[in-house]
Order: sequence, then C-alpha cells, then structure tokens
Amino acid sequence: MDKNGLIVDLQDVSFSYPGRAPVLDELNLSFYGGDRMGLMGPNGSGKTTLFHVIMGLLKRSSGRMDIFGRPINERQDFREVRQRIGLLFQDADDQLFSPTVLEDVAFGPLNLGKSQEEAKTIALRTLQSLGLAGFEDRITYKLSGGEKRLVSLATVMAMEPEILLLDEPTTGLDEPTEKRLVEILQGLDLSYILVSHNIDFLMKTTDFITYMSYGKISLDEEAIPHTHVHVHRHGRYDHRHNNSGPHGKKQ
Amino acid sequence: MIGAEFESGESFVQRLDPRVKIVAVLLFSVVVAVSNRFEVLLLGLAVGLCIMLLARVPMRQLVRRLIPVNAFVLFLWIFLPFTLKGEPFFSIGPLVGSHEGLLYATRISIKSNAIMLVLIALVASTSILTLGHAMHELRVPQKIVHLFFFTYRYIHVIYREYLRSVNAMKVRGFRPRTNVHTYKTFAYLVGMLVVRSSDRAQRVHNAMLCRGFRGKLYSLRQFSMKTADVISLVVMLAIVVTMGVLEWIRMV
Repeated sequence: MDKNGLIVDLQDVSFSYPGRAPVLDELNLSFYGGDRMGLMGPNGSGKTTLFHVIMGLLKRSSGRMDIFGRPINERQDFREVRQRIGLLFQDADDQLFSPTVLEDVAFGPLNLGKSQEEAKTIALRTLQSLGLAGFEDRITYKLSGGEKRLVSLATVMAMEPEILLLDEPTTGLDEPTEKRLVEILQGLDLSYILVSHNIDFLMKTTDFITYMSYGKISLDEEAIPHTHVHVHRHGRYDHRHNNSGPHGKKQ
Repeated sequence: MIGAEFESGESFVQRLDPRVKIVAVLLFSVVVAVSNRFEVLLLGLAVGLCIMLLARVPMRQLVRRLIPVNAFVLFLWIFLPFTLKGEPFFSIGPLVGSHEGLLYATRISIKSNAIMLVLIALVASTSILTLGHAMHELRVPQKIVHLFFFTYRYIHVIYREYLRSVNAMKVRGFRPRTNVHTYKTFAYLVGMLVVRSSDRAQRVHNAMLCRGFRGKLYSLRQFSMKTADVISLVVMLAIVVTMGVLEWIRMV
C-alpha cells in the first residue's frame, strides 16, 4: 500500500434519509496510508453512516469520493473498495451469519475467488493470528459476546484488507477482552478508522482523534489543560499532588 | 427450537453419507405416503423401527419428537370414524363409527409414524450443516439451501429477541388475559419481531456485501461415497421397490 499517500478522499459528501435533516453535511475527510484515526461524536452524528457511504452500502446524495486514487461512483467501483477496505459492524450477530466459525471466516476469501483449500488455510491462519486457534468448529451463535467480536474481526481480516473501518468495537466487551483488542490493534500493520465513545481505548489504539458532529468532521488538536479529581484517605491534608499545599508549591 | 443434540455420536447411520440418507428417506416417505395396503404399511413401520434402532436415537428424544405428530393423529381417531361413511362398526349414543373410518385412521397412524421414525433417525444422526451441504450437493436449488442455512443461523437470534421483548413486558407487569390490551400487546410483539428481523436481514446482507458476496455461497465440505454408503443405498432402494411392487400388485 501507498504509505502516507492519500487513500480516502471525501469532498463535500452529503447524505440524508428522505424527509430528514442531512446526516452527512458536506463532509470532508482525507485519510492517508498509515493513519490510525479515532472518530468520536455523539449518537446520531453520522459516524456509522459515514462508514456505510464509504463502503457503498448507502448512496451519497452529493459530493466527490476518491478511494485509492480513483473516483468512486458506480456499483462496480465499490467491488474493489470492499476488497481493500474491511468494515467491522457494530453488531457481531450481523456479521457472523454462517453456522460455524470456519465457514464464516472463509466466506470472504471464497468470494474473492480462492479455492476451498486456500480459503481454509487463510481462515485458520487468521484465527491463529488473533489468538482464536481451535475456534474453527465452534457454532457462531453459541459464542460469547467477546468471542463473537473477535471472530467478526477475523472474518474481516481474512479478506486481507488494507484499511479497516471499525464501528464501536468495544461496546459490550469486558475489560480483558477490550485489552486483548487493544493488543491486537496495536500489533496490526494496518491503517484504520476507529469509531468509539471510549476515549481511553482511542488514546491507546490511535494516533489522533477527530470529532464528528452535525454531519461534519473536525480535527480535535487543541490541548486543553485539565485536572483530575481523585479520592483517597487523608486527602484533606496537603500533600504532593495538591497544588495549594506546601508540597505542591515546591514543584 | 432446532436441536442438534447427538449429531456427534458414532452409530452406523451417523457415519453414512448424508446424501444417501436424504435420498433414502425421501423415496421411502413417498412410497409409504401413497401406499394403502396394510402389509406394505406394516413393512414400512418395521423398516422405520429398524433404521431408528440402527441410528441409536435416545428414547427420550424419540418420544419428544413423536408426541406432536401423534397428538395430531389422535384428533383423526376422534373424528374420522364418525365422519367417513361406511359400514357401522360401533356406536356411542347417537354417534356411529364406521369400519372404513377406523381403517383409515389406522393407516394414517402407521404411515405418519413410519415416516417420522426415519425422519427422526435422519435429523438425529446428521448435523443441520451437513444436511444443508448435502442438499447443495444433491443439486437442491441454491435459494432453498440458503433459506435453510439462514433459518438455522438466525432462528436463535430471533428467538432471543422474542425472549427479550417478553421479559421487557413481564418486568412491567404484563400478564396475558383475555382482553383487547393483551391482543394488542401480542400484536405489537409480533410486529416488532417482523420489523427487527427485516432490519437484521438488511444488515446481514450489507455485511455480506462488504465481504464480496455475489449471490453464491461456497461450501468447504466434500463428501465421498464409501462401500458402506453404496450398500446401504442399494438395500434401501430394494426395500422401497419391494414396497412399491407389493402395493402395485394389489392395484392390478
């Protein structure tokens, strides 16, 4: 992949459902190879819609979209986009539709024209790389929430995409699984856009965070000094990290 | 719900090529369903029992699956003797039961139980997945196989959504009674399930499109016919043909 090259370039892209205010309102986005971008924003600000427009699941009403240096307009163009960009859905039950894990992970490679053997090998390798070895014969609907999420990620990774779009991957995950996801993402040599409400998660997994509201994206670069309130015993007495106290003044 | 309880066992029937099983069950069921001679039907029932024993279906499972069919058959026993015209055989007060009606009910009982026995043996000895793949191998139209798979995958999801809604109703004090409120609530429940399922279908389809779906599902499984499969198929065909011939002789 073209490192540091402009990969996804959206100019003045709008989208609206009939009879409602626009969800994406002349949105601009430039995403470069190697970027690991976090995206925050309130519910209904259009984050999921943005992903679906990029993947061609929703049709933008206006604006320009260039992906991998080529204008994307027709249905045909999205075929290639979907091969090279992987989307992880919010709800793992939507993503996992095959009865067994192996079949689900092999589904993408088979669609890309791989043979049965190749697809199987890729699927097993992907599962292994995500620490899911031995999951291949599990029944998808019997997996736990965390397992479903990781297997969903495997189904996307098996397509060997160049970019990942991850839609709230931490919702419903317990702490150990979230930690595991952080480790996996940190170990990936991939560009991605990560939608999450979880700022701690974004700080660990992304290089910069953008903010989406009212259908537009803005880069949130400003450093804002702030204090954390914390609680412990004997906190009423002046001590080191208390600015007003004698120790604080020394610093 | 669809049970897949003992697909992993190791009986002879379980190891058979699923394609052989499907073909055998299909032919057997058709012949039993159209036959009328008691000899043929009893032979069918005996064959069904043998297959069921070979498949080593646990007794509890067997009974659980036979009950619904026989509940239906019970109704036929109640109504058929009195509604089918023929020689009177017995009477309860003003109601007269006919000889023909009794025979007819007996036939239906034997037929349905014979067919159910082989079907239970088939379903109990083969995983749903394998059945689907075997259907695909037997050139069953793709759409039917897809429907089969998706039903299997999502019936649990929809069932869970149903349970969630029912719980949400319960925790707010809903108790079904015979009144408009109850009917309206159940209508909402069903309506919501349909809407949610349709939304879910849309999202699943989107997820599939994102992974390059173009209307074709590929299978990772390959079947191979072994000697045991060929012999079983031949034996089963022979039985079915014999039953057919016995039935046909009577008609000539």
